[in-house]
Amino acid sequence: MTQPAKPKMGKTVAKLCLIVVGMFGFGFALVPLYDMFCEATGLGGRTGGQYTYDPATMQRDASRLVKVNFLTNTNDGMSWDFWSEKGGVRVHPGEVKEVKFFVHNPTKRRMVGQAIPSIVPYSAADFFHKTECFCFSSQVLEPGETLEMPMRFIIDPDLPNNVPTISLSYSLFDVTDMAAGKAATDQG
Amino acid sequence: MSEVVVSHHDEHHDHGPDKGLARWLFTTNHKDIGTLYLWFSFTMFMIGGVMALIIRTELFQPGLQFVDPAFFNQMTTNHGLIMVFGAIMPAFVGLANWLVPMMVGAPDMALPRMNNLSFWILPFAFAMLISTLFMEGGGPNFGWTFYAPLSTTYAPDTVTFFIFGVHMMGASSIMGSINIIATILNMRAPGMTLMKMPLFVWTWLITAYLLLAVMPVLAGAVTMMLFDIHFGTSFFNAAGGGDPVMFQHIFWFFGHPEVYIMILPAFGIVSQIIPTFARKPLFGYDSMVYATASIAFLSFIVWAHHMFTVGMPLAGQLFFMYATMLIAVPTGVKVFNWAATMWQGSMTFETPMLFAIAFVVLFTIGGFSGLMLAITPADYQYHDTYFVVAHFHYVLVPGALFSIIAAVYYWLPKWCGRMYDESLGKLHFWLSFIGVNVTFFPQHFSGLAGMPRRIPDYALQFADFNMLSSIGAYIFGFSQLIFLYLIIKTIRSGEPATDRVWEGAHGLEWTLPSPAPYHSFTHPPKVTDAEAHS
Amino acid sequence: MKRSWIKGSALAGLTLLAGTATAEELSKYNMRPGVTEISHSVYDLHMLLFWICVAIGVVVFGAIFWSIIHHRKSAGHQAAQFHESTRLEIGWTLIPTLILITMAYPATKTLIAMYDTGGEDMSIEVRGYQWKWQYKYLDEDLNGTFGFFSSLATPQDEIHNKSAKGEHYLLEVDKPLRIPANRKVRFLLTAEDVIHSWWVPDFGMKRDAIPGIINDMWAIVPEPGVYRGQCTELCGKDHGFMPVVVEVLPEAEFDAWYAEQLQAEEVRKEALSKTFTTDELMAQGEQVYGTFCAACHQPNGQGMPPVFPALAGSAIATGPLDAHLDIVLNGKAGTAMQAFGKQLDAAQIAAVVYYERHSWGNNTGDIVQPSDVIAHTSGQ
Repeated sequence: MTQPAKPKMGKTVAKLCLIVVGMFGFGFALVPLYDMFCEATGLGGRTGGQYTYDPATMQRDASRLVKVNFLTNTNDGMSWDFWSEKGGVRVHPGEVKEVKFFVHNPTKRRMVGQAIPSIVPYSAADFFHKTECFCFSSQVLEPGETLEMPMRFIIDPDLPNNVPTISLSYSLFDVTDMAAGKAATDQG
Repeated sequence: MSEVVVSHHDEHHDHGPDKGLARWLFTTNHKDIGTLYLWFSFTMFMIGGVMALIIRTELFQPGLQFVDPAFFNQMTTNHGLIMVFGAIMPAFVGLANWLVPMMVGAPDMALPRMNNLSFWILPFAFAMLISTLFMEGGGPNFGWTFYAPLSTTYAPDTVTFFIFGVHMMGASSIMGSINIIATILNMRAPGMTLMKMPLFVWTWLITAYLLLAVMPVLAGAVTMMLFDIHFGTSFFNAAGGGDPVMFQHIFWFFGHPEVYIMILPAFGIVSQIIPTFARKPLFGYDSMVYATASIAFLSFIVWAHHMFTVGMPLAGQLFFMYATMLIAVPTGVKVFNWAATMWQGSMTFETPMLFAIAFVVLFTIGGFSGLMLAITPADYQYHDTYFVVAHFHYVLVPGALFSIIAAVYYWLPKWCGRMYDESLGKLHFWLSFIGVNVTFFPQHFSGLAGMPRRIPDYALQFADFNMLSSIGAYIFGFSQLIFLYLIIKTIRSGEPATDRVWEGAHGLEWTLPSPAPYHSFTHPPKVTDAEAHS
Repeated sequence: MKRSWIKGSALAGLTLLAGTATAEELSKYNMRPGVTEISHSVYDLHMLLFWICVAIGVVVFGAIFWSIIHHRKSAGHQAAQFHESTRLEIGWTLIPTLILITMAYPATKTLIAMYDTGGEDMSIEVRGYQWKWQYKYLDEDLNGTFGFFSSLATPQDEIHNKSAKGEHYLLEVDKPLRIPANRKVRFLLTAEDVIHSWWVPDFGMKRDAIPGIINDMWAIVPEPGVYRGQCTELCGKDHGFMPVVVEVLPEAEFDAWYAEQLQAEEVRKEALSKTFTTDELMAQGEQVYGTFCAACHQPNGQGMPPVFPALAGSAIATGPLDAHLDIVLNGKAGTAMQAFGKQLDAAQIAAVVYYERHSWGNNTGDIVQPSDVIAHTSGQ
């Protein structure tokens, strides 16, 4: 009577192992879940991908002007120059605005860069739509090359009233090695 | 439960342990393995303690005197990892191994061979972790919370050993937990219903489920790190579309339940000890069980209170603040129940009781600072300062660690059949008690005054408190040598202990002879009301 | 003995607060009330929490110590056998819940106020580096204007106990962030490498600076003065050595300083395309050297071997120019030599390299102009 029949013990252990496997999977499932959560709530200042809309439905709100400013930074180990034509603009919600960004590769080698966007306040991230952005893909620059990159955005007229200023930060990372690794696996 | 197994067991129930080293290497006996876990934990406690003293020595005075900042970071990191995964958790598993079968009336653990494996993984995991300190580039230096990208892109090369070490510790914990749950669910003596189980068994059952739920998530997190470092993925690397903040979310999804993994068994131990020495049944047994379960549940939805300063939408901050505050309710219930158990009792103050009372009081102080930390706007000021250091040391040292020490004093006579030296025990208690408070209480002040944690040197205004803290650390650290001496003395030459050991003790383990036989209950015991819960 | 000790420790804070301590002395034991409206409400919240905890502590610990004294066996007390009371359990579930609500209300109010980042008068980008801060000022139209690095100014001698420690040991920088009093300043936080955290206790706010992600916080500081803080997120070896110092200036004074900086920025930009005389290079180089290099390599160029090598007669400072520029621009991995490429502009680099090559007996005779540095970084 002190030990149960084997099948019962086996069943318990099997169930517990299932929990373990399930939770290990859940750890990885957190990655897409987190992404979805970020995009839904603007956590981490995430902005969505390319935005498409019907111009007829987008009402320009002439009564409001929202300040949008841009921070351009190159991160550790990235030797490119990166700047925008203007540090900031004032726009009416519902109006498409284009701002030019520039990158220059001063080095002697071909490099790949990737810009990562992030927005504050987070409550604005849901209402900041990019119809075109260089951050959707990475940039390849030959030695000495300079590239002009337009970014077009539109601010949703539903933007909460307590957001007079939006700051959009772009961090430019060197992804040359990463891109090379990816190309190698793609070919392989 | 089957009759067949009993007869099977009778055939060789009185075979004793093997002799020599083989006994320990190949043992499948829950008591041997419990002993191994406890000695391993004590060894790690000493190693982690030496690291703590190196830290406190450097911080004795402002300026850099003994170690350079790079080594200092390795010390804080390894001190944390070793104390959490090497000292506190294995000690609780060791206690579970010793006590759970005896408390539920079983002959041994459910899965004895896995039990052996889950212990023997640990020495290798920690040998690997500690060996990184002697490798080129040094050991892990990114804090026990190993935030990316400091622990990935900017980590020393030895981070890979650290990752494998964590994998091994995780595997060990998971196997240990499966074993404990299987034992509790399937091997209880007839009549030992769930709601009659001693609270130590209850808290361990819940803890084991927590471990099963979160250790795999930790394994997942370090696996992602491994891939980021060696295989070019970008889970946590912003450059490739990953997110360093996500690391913190995943880590704390593991980390917060982990905090309760280190305190729930302590609640169980204290709930065994206080009734014994108050000579009065535990107050509110049912509510204790429910409170433990609610704390475990809440632990899954509060993780982001560790990261209020990373920036979150307002609604997120508010949710995590409110959820965290809620934890104070079931925790409060526990403290009130312990106080009510002592109330109108007939108390005596043997060493286990002293440690248990100190636990209740000092853990509550740690709980208070925890409640303050839950309040988001105030947390912005407390976060990553010594106030946090004081907080978690109050819940882990006079909290978890005191409960483990109390457990050793309480059950040691049952384990080895000999009584410890009471006056030496009391001396150990008072030195530890004074040492702990002198070490950690001033850290509340230095934290509030603005001293960040994990710094090897500090501004002059923090000097007095740091010196005090260091003196306390020496008192606390060296008084643990008394503990070591006392245990050895007890095992070798203590007075013989009675079976019941303590006048007010109840529970199946006290019905066994002292020392407890190699196989606990070869025949299932009769569970009387007198021996049921507590 | 036990009782008096615990009471002693629990009440240590109380007696200190209740005594005649001045605010200055108080801040040694308690949270700093700070200087902003937000920091004051955080302080009030902190004190509310503290007193609630003290009150609960007095009741709970009081009950425990009462039992310890009166319900002990040695006092002849017989144990009662009660072990449950639903009424009590409900009571001590509900009452704490109510207490929590009284805490949650002001906390929520303060938090909402903290999140009101809009309507700022000026914005400053704060960027964390291993192991220093960079501040970039944005103008009305949010264009970047000028910026500078702010790193620890405490001499190595003080850290290594070779000389007496100054009043602001480890809390002093070469160039503090300057902001105007009474204006709403918005801080935009980013990071270059790993996660840092920017904290000035007196402003009552702390935010992490995370690579790839932007964060914001704000402050209106009514009192001009110097406010000191530190990086509060472990960021590697010198995490303990990257203080935050903010100098709050009266508005008019700030405006004058700001205008001056704008002009200096113009001069700096012009310098990049200028050709300097050797005297100008020496003078400018000495200044840059004194600020950025002398702490380790020493004013006399002798360094502090083996950690900080001497520059006088060194292979680098007397060898090929390219190698010299390279180590100054990009640092040397695995040593204390950091990269100055982002911190110093081409004119400063040119001057300091020229200075190093023509001081303390070094005399390479080559001339380094800003254009040489630009050419070097462009790899041409």
